[in-house]
Amino acid sequence: MSDQFEPVIVGFLCNWCSYRAADLAGTARIKYAPNLRVIRVMCSGRVDPQFVLQALRSGADGVLIAGCHPGECHYVNGNIKALRRFTLLRKTLEQWGIEQERVQLLWASASEGTVLAAAVDRMTEQIKALGPLRWSQKVLGGNGAVHPVAEEV
Amino acid sequence: MSDIKESPAGQERVGVYVCHCGSNIAGTINVDEVSKWIESNPNVVVSRHYEFMCSSTGQELIEKDIKEKGLTRVVVASCSPHMHEKTFREATQRGGLNPFLFEMANIREHDSWATNNKEAATTKAKALVNAAVERVVHHVPLEKIPVDINPNTMIVGGGIAGITAALELAEAGHHVYLVEREGTIGGHMAQIDKTFPTLDCSACILTPKMVDVGQNDNITLLTYSEVESVDGYIGNFNITVRKKARCVDEELCTSCGICEEKCPQKVLDDNYGAGISYRKAIYRAFPQAVPGYPVLDKENCTYFQTGKCKVCEKVCPTSAIDYEQEDQLINFNVGNIILATGYDLFDARRIPQYGYGRLANVFTSLQFERMVNASGPTGGHIVLRDGVTEPESIAIVHCVGSRDQNYNEYCSKVCCMYSLKFAHLVHEHLPEAEVYNYYIDMRTPGKGYEEFYHRLLKEGTHFIRGKVAEITDADRKPGEEGKLIVQAENTLLGIQQRNAVDMVILSSGIQARHDAEEVSKLFKMGCDYDGFFNERHPKLAPVSTMTDGIFIAGACQGPKDIPDTVAQGGAAASQVAKLISQGTVMMEPVRASIREDECSGCRICNNLCPYNAIEFDEEKKVSHVVTALCQGCGTCVAACPSGVIDGAHFTNTQVLAELKGILWDVEADVPAMEEV
Repeated sequence: MSDQFEPVIVGFLCNWCSYRAADLAGTARIKYAPNLRVIRVMCSGRVDPQFVLQALRSGADGVLIAGCHPGECHYVNGNIKALRRFTLLRKTLEQWGIEQERVQLLWASASEGTVLAAAVDRMTEQIKALGPLRWSQKVLGGNGAVHPVAEEV
Repeated sequence: MSDIKESPAGQERVGVYVCHCGSNIAGTINVDEVSKWIESNPNVVVSRHYEFMCSSTGQELIEKDIKEKGLTRVVVASCSPHMHEKTFREATQRGGLNPFLFEMANIREHDSWATNNKEAATTKAKALVNAAVERVVHHVPLEKIPVDINPNTMIVGGGIAGITAALELAEAGHHVYLVEREGTIGGHMAQIDKTFPTLDCSACILTPKMVDVGQNDNITLLTYSEVESVDGYIGNFNITVRKKARCVDEELCTSCGICEEKCPQKVLDDNYGAGISYRKAIYRAFPQAVPGYPVLDKENCTYFQTGKCKVCEKVCPTSAIDYEQEDQLINFNVGNIILATGYDLFDARRIPQYGYGRLANVFTSLQFERMVNASGPTGGHIVLRDGVTEPESIAIVHCVGSRDQNYNEYCSKVCCMYSLKFAHLVHEHLPEAEVYNYYIDMRTPGKGYEEFYHRLLKEGTHFIRGKVAEITDADRKPGEEGKLIVQAENTLLGIQQRNAVDMVILSSGIQARHDAEEVSKLFKMGCDYDGFFNERHPKLAPVSTMTDGIFIAGACQGPKDIPDTVAQGGAAASQVAKLISQGTVMMEPVRASIREDECSGCRICNNLCPYNAIEFDEEKKVSHVVTALCQGCGTCVAACPSGVIDGAHFTNTQVLAELKGILWDVEADVPAMEEV
């Protein structure tokens, strides 16, 4: 890779829609940013906000959660639960100074390979513009001291 | 490749296999580098790369290493788990390990196919392989859960694909619900006059099958009905069908047809009649309709629109007309579903320069099918729009809306053949008429197809290789007055040609149904870019879909002719019959369980479960999961504040280990969080 900052984005993709959208993007040879690294979960509702925080703490520059469209969840409404958790989580992250582009929620059905690929490209560009996350500076105040709020999560 | 390596005490012995997939993976990812690099992971004792891991030789590598090198875990880095997870789990099992002690890294669909950047692809492959290794260490042996297969099947779409599948299953003794949107089964094949290349009468070979469907006790025929909702999973789908009110009591109607005869309201039939014939407001699409009960079209019925008329009610000898009839919601359970929803014809109006809809004597292929059919509006006479004049010259334009970047890029597969058939039918009906076929390439693969083309060459059809640029009525030369002028480049002669003809037939292509996307969402499966349903594998699983228990047949999967459609209908039926005769199917053991001794009894999970699978034990004040109801989504696992719900095969430990592995090349600048 060049010297240019290449963000690492962790994707939590649901087994039934979004993981298959990523499969379809590949099968259709749609080229998109190689910055997304996918972890398969059965449902976007399985994504514990802790996974997202742990990803960011571990050095990821962004996290993409992707699931079926509302009303199309394989498990009735797990995606709606994901949406609720995501909304709360993003509020918390904002208070810590983490830009909202870094954690995104996407609906991509199994037929929407292009949608997923476009979202990854867009998110990669957005995070490139923001630069590396630097969790310790943002959340821990730069001196290594643990931020009281962060510690409680 | 590495020699046997001692794994440190307490750690697992993981074997890693990186697949080349020919050049599909190895062309982009440096498989040798990935394979060598992963050896440095302390849990890895064997790391190999091989050309095709899914081949029997590839699988044997795994089996041999498990036995000879004492592997306790297996990782294959290749395609999507939706493609070959089952293959490699079975190989792992044959080697003597529990199949769930295997993990797959998707470095093809998610990596090598998704980028041209070789360096980035290799780095990403390392991350994905490392993640799989870190995860698999935490895998535990699991057993699949058997699920009973309900022997009933639902088939959606009553064209020749659905009819074939329904009869195959019904004759094998299984019950079928055949759901058709229109008032009769038959589909497009019922509209067609002759079938290529044998020139069988389409109705003569189709209608006996329709009658069989109507009379078979194993088939519940639900016409004028649409699927409203689909819940459940393979073996146990719960279906709700809306049976629309046809305003005719099926118990009383004798299909005598008097209502249709006496109905004063004529309606242009743009469905079965392709827009060149009329039907009544109460009608059967055609006399051989199955079932024979008519449908009352409320939108065009004088009584429903003005409150006056009721002629059908007055003339009906059995008082079967029921204006008050309401839509019925019918609920039933099936084990499997076959979708055979067919296609739409490309709308030729989208190509304005061809003049369809504007120039009277430009017809679509289906209109010509109806016209040339003895039971059609002209009694099989080929005439111009005025209804009497026989054309002296006819141009047939191939590839309308197909093989065209502006419309559909794909080839519709049947148009060349049916255009040849049209040319033949014109020669038969009007021996004096000149026929000009404008084609780009002549595509005639199929038994007897090329021979049919040769026959037409001898019958005197004029073949002009070139895509038609324009069809116009603007005459420029003597002899062109009142005619349609077809402008095209004859690419064999290298000249522009104007050709004045009396009639033009547009050989419109096959398109996905306009509502294919909605249907695919209803059944939770995928459509391709053109809107056709996605098969599980384009070569090896052409009628299966990514959703277990749902199969596809016919043109809903892609353009195809009648023999291919019938073959797929039969194939889908045999897939279903296989599952029915198995009786049970093994389900993934991905289920939640609660460590009751640690449960605080907060009951947060109780209301979250979409299947009401979590019960609260009032005595012990703790919750527990009813395994038979749990579907394994894991939303309770994510929500449990005490972290005491385990989602089998997707535990917090496993996911967090995968996360740690996937971020191998980035530096965390804070200490890792406590594991939960």
